[in-house]
Amino acid sequence: MRLPQLISNSIIAFAVWLVLWSLAGRASESAPNGTTNSQASAATLVVCPRCAIKRLSDALREASAGAKIILQSGIYNEGEMTIEKPVAIEGQDWPVLDGAGKNQVLTVKADNVRLKGLVIRNSGKSYIADLAGIRVEGARNCVIEGNRLTDNFFGIYLASSANCAIRGNEIRGNAVSEVFSGNGIHLWNSNRITVERNHVTGHRDGLYFEFLHDSNILGNVSENNVRYGLHTMYSANNHYSQNILRANHAGVVLMYSRKLKVVANRFEDNWGPACYGALLKDLDESELERNLFFHNSVALYADDANRNRVANNRFYNNGFALRIMANANGNVFSGNLFEANSFDVTTNWSSGSTSSFDGNYWDDYRGYDLNRDGIGDVPFWPVRLFGLLLEEYPQAIVLLRSPFAELLDAAEQAIPVLTPHNFADQKPLIARPPWSKSQTSKSALAQ
Amino acid sequence: MVEVANVKKRFGSVSALNGITVTIRRGQITSVVGPNAAGKSTFLKCLVGLVRPDSGEIRVGGHDVNRDWRWRRLVGYVPQAVHFPENLSPRELFAFFRKLRGTPGADGRELIELLNLEASLDRPVRQLSGGTRQKVNIALAAMFDPEILIMDEPTVGLDPLTSQRQKRWLERERARDKTIILASHVIAEVEELSDRVIFLLEGRVYFDGAPREAIQMTGQPTLERAIAAMMEQGS
Amino acid sequence: MRQIATLARYSALELARSWWTACYCLFFMVLAFAFFAFGEEPAQAVVSVLNVVLLVVPFVSIVMGVLSFYTAREFAELLLAQPVGRLTVFFGQYMGTAASLALAFAIGLGIPFVWYGWNAREQSGTLVALLFGGILLTFIFVALAFALAVRTENRLKALGAAIFLWLFFALVYDGLILAVIVAFSSFPLEKVLLGLIILNPLDLARILILLRLDVAALMGYTGALFRQFFGSPLGIVAASACLTVWMALAVAVGASTYVRRDF
Repeated sequence: MRLPQLISNSIIAFAVWLVLWSLAGRASESAPNGTTNSQASAATLVVCPRCAIKRLSDALREASAGAKIILQSGIYNEGEMTIEKPVAIEGQDWPVLDGAGKNQVLTVKADNVRLKGLVIRNSGKSYIADLAGIRVEGARNCVIEGNRLTDNFFGIYLASSANCAIRGNEIRGNAVSEVFSGNGIHLWNSNRITVERNHVTGHRDGLYFEFLHDSNILGNVSENNVRYGLHTMYSANNHYSQNILRANHAGVVLMYSRKLKVVANRFEDNWGPACYGALLKDLDESELERNLFFHNSVALYADDANRNRVANNRFYNNGFALRIMANANGNVFSGNLFEANSFDVTTNWSSGSTSSFDGNYWDDYRGYDLNRDGIGDVPFWPVRLFGLLLEEYPQAIVLLRSPFAELLDAAEQAIPVLTPHNFADQKPLIARPPWSKSQTSKSALAQ
Repeated sequence: MVEVANVKKRFGSVSALNGITVTIRRGQITSVVGPNAAGKSTFLKCLVGLVRPDSGEIRVGGHDVNRDWRWRRLVGYVPQAVHFPENLSPRELFAFFRKLRGTPGADGRELIELLNLEASLDRPVRQLSGGTRQKVNIALAAMFDPEILIMDEPTVGLDPLTSQRQKRWLERERARDKTIILASHVIAEVEELSDRVIFLLEGRVYFDGAPREAIQMTGQPTLERAIAAMMEQGS
Repeated sequence: MRQIATLARYSALELARSWWTACYCLFFMVLAFAFFAFGEEPAQAVVSVLNVVLLVVPFVSIVMGVLSFYTAREFAELLLAQPVGRLTVFFGQYMGTAASLALAFAIGLGIPFVWYGWNAREQSGTLVALLFGGILLTFIFVALAFALAVRTENRLKALGAAIFLWLFFALVYDGLILAVIVAFSSFPLEKVLLGLIILNPLDLARILILLRLDVAALMGYTGALFRQFFGSPLGIVAASACLTVWMALAVAVGASTYVRRDF
């Protein structure tokens, strides 16, 4: 062996030894720290397949309250794990917690738990238990942030919890049928939860809230779920804004709730037989404002929904923009934009109504504006006779787009007799309102 | 050449032909005359198969007229008035009929010269005068050199010069042993040309013979007078 | 056959040079360009074109069919004195008239469709269906026009009957369907409606094209059933059989009268 080769080989050997030594040293240092120093609030445990602590459940047993567990890359197939102390688990390079399709993966029963950067997958599925990737029970101040949840029955499940934040998680399910599938983010009986910038797809309901109060739902994307994008029951005082609900069976379904604020969301491509952009059932005193409803079979459906305010929304290219049932009273529709919808408004009764229209823009409006105040001088009746017929006789849909249907509508528009008198916009706008200008371009829609 | 046996035709309640029996020979010009609505046109249409008789039999060149259509290659027919497709030119019409009859050789040059049609050949029919259209009508029937020519009022709308030329041409065709059948109400013309006159009155053959015989029979100086006398007699 | 082709060619050539045919062609071209250029969605434009096609194609076909039959009637006297069969003349004139109208329609819509089809490739199947439907409707309604005109001596009467027939198929028939729906609303009517729709070539063409468009989603249970039926081999056979039978029936009625009548 010649000299230069000998030197270079020795250098490599030395370098390898140095690396191995430093790694082993660190592992042996941290292990005693985690087990012995129970008082230290900022104690850190490192878990990895080749570390002293090889299992997350060991780390959880050993960790003291307030400890931080660094979970390094690896696959951890440890059955159901329960967190009963306030700890933070932080993943490095996407460690995988695998439920092996049998059980729940992580259960949180302590306050102040923080979960970040984890991959949680393959929870069990069950008809009787709501098995989840992450389940939080009766806990406060939890933060679930930047995790990836794939192929779980339920994704993130909070029960009787408060002051939690669920932020920036990527939740991907493999639901096929509505019956045997769970929700992406499921909040039950909880208060003051922030659900922000999550992306949910492939679950039953992307976001499901029941008995949720004073919460903020912001900037989430929920798409291609087998049932609803966002489902809320028995809730109040929540704020939903800037969410995108796309290509679900229904975008948002709000039921038996009150005082919700739904602002600046996008409901789009909820298209197919009996699909809805927003379905309101027994929703009271809520506000829907500045939302975009694009390409939904029914953009907004109101059944027994009362005293809500629907203002400055844009209804563009939907089948039915509004379907307002006879039992929906005292709702006010104002400043909305109705463009390129097959039907603007339908309803299942033809007599009086206590829902009212005021100052909307209708692209079908053919009135005039003599005094040039921007408001049409004759009222607009948005309910088409054919639409009314459809409510009574759904089979009449076979006449959709037939000259006969168009004739019926033209006659009724000229001499309104059968369509509800109160369903008239007394102050229809002549031109699109200024705020809509930024939204009208195709590129804005295509985002 | 043409044999008509007891042909009857009614249009609704109107009896147009009331049992007609005649035989028309080749090498002759036979004229069918009679007052308006006497059944001249109906008779000619029966000969070409345009009108189906209620009863009776018509044979042309031995063929039963209403059984087949191939025998019509023997026939050239000039209807009373034709409404040609407005946007086609005479040249296209001639080409069309050549194709239809499957006789690409018949270019009708002789007739086009005779009728002085060259200048009009490429103009759409809607721009042509009534006289020119009638020339096209005649040319279309004659250009295939048919054995039998059936012409309904062929001189209507023609100028005297063309009218004369047409008569000379007809005489020439007679000399070529053709069968020529005319319907006309210009009796002077008929007298000049015809070998035989068939006078129809109320759907019957009232007189059938040479013009000379009609004049002799009625004792009148001209055929026109003779026909008029027969009409008075008949009504 | 050769004679039918000759007759059809010349009768088509005659119509092709007519000012009306050019207008008809231009009408569809302008219409389609306008809908595609100013409509925001290609699917929306297709629906708008469909509405006009369903009204205009049958109307123009039946009216132009009647008019061109009468225009050609005196000329037909000359044609029938030629060595050709009456059926040949009838088919030749029918094919010529229908083909030239169909061609005018196809060119009028086809050019904008090709032009804009590149941007709306997902609609190209529908555009082809729309073209094909329009052509079939042309042939059916020209056949109806001929059947009417052959049997009616009076041109105005035939024109009136033609317009009535058009009104019947375009409007009255659908009114009757609605009456059936209202009267028997408590019964499951889907199969009856399917039968009624398939019997009217205009309704059939409309439904077949609607089912290809996403507005079909608005058709709910009834639409799903229709989609299922027309997607099945039975449905395809039934639909094409119905369209063919309409055309064949009208042509047969016209031809049988044409053979017997006097000129």
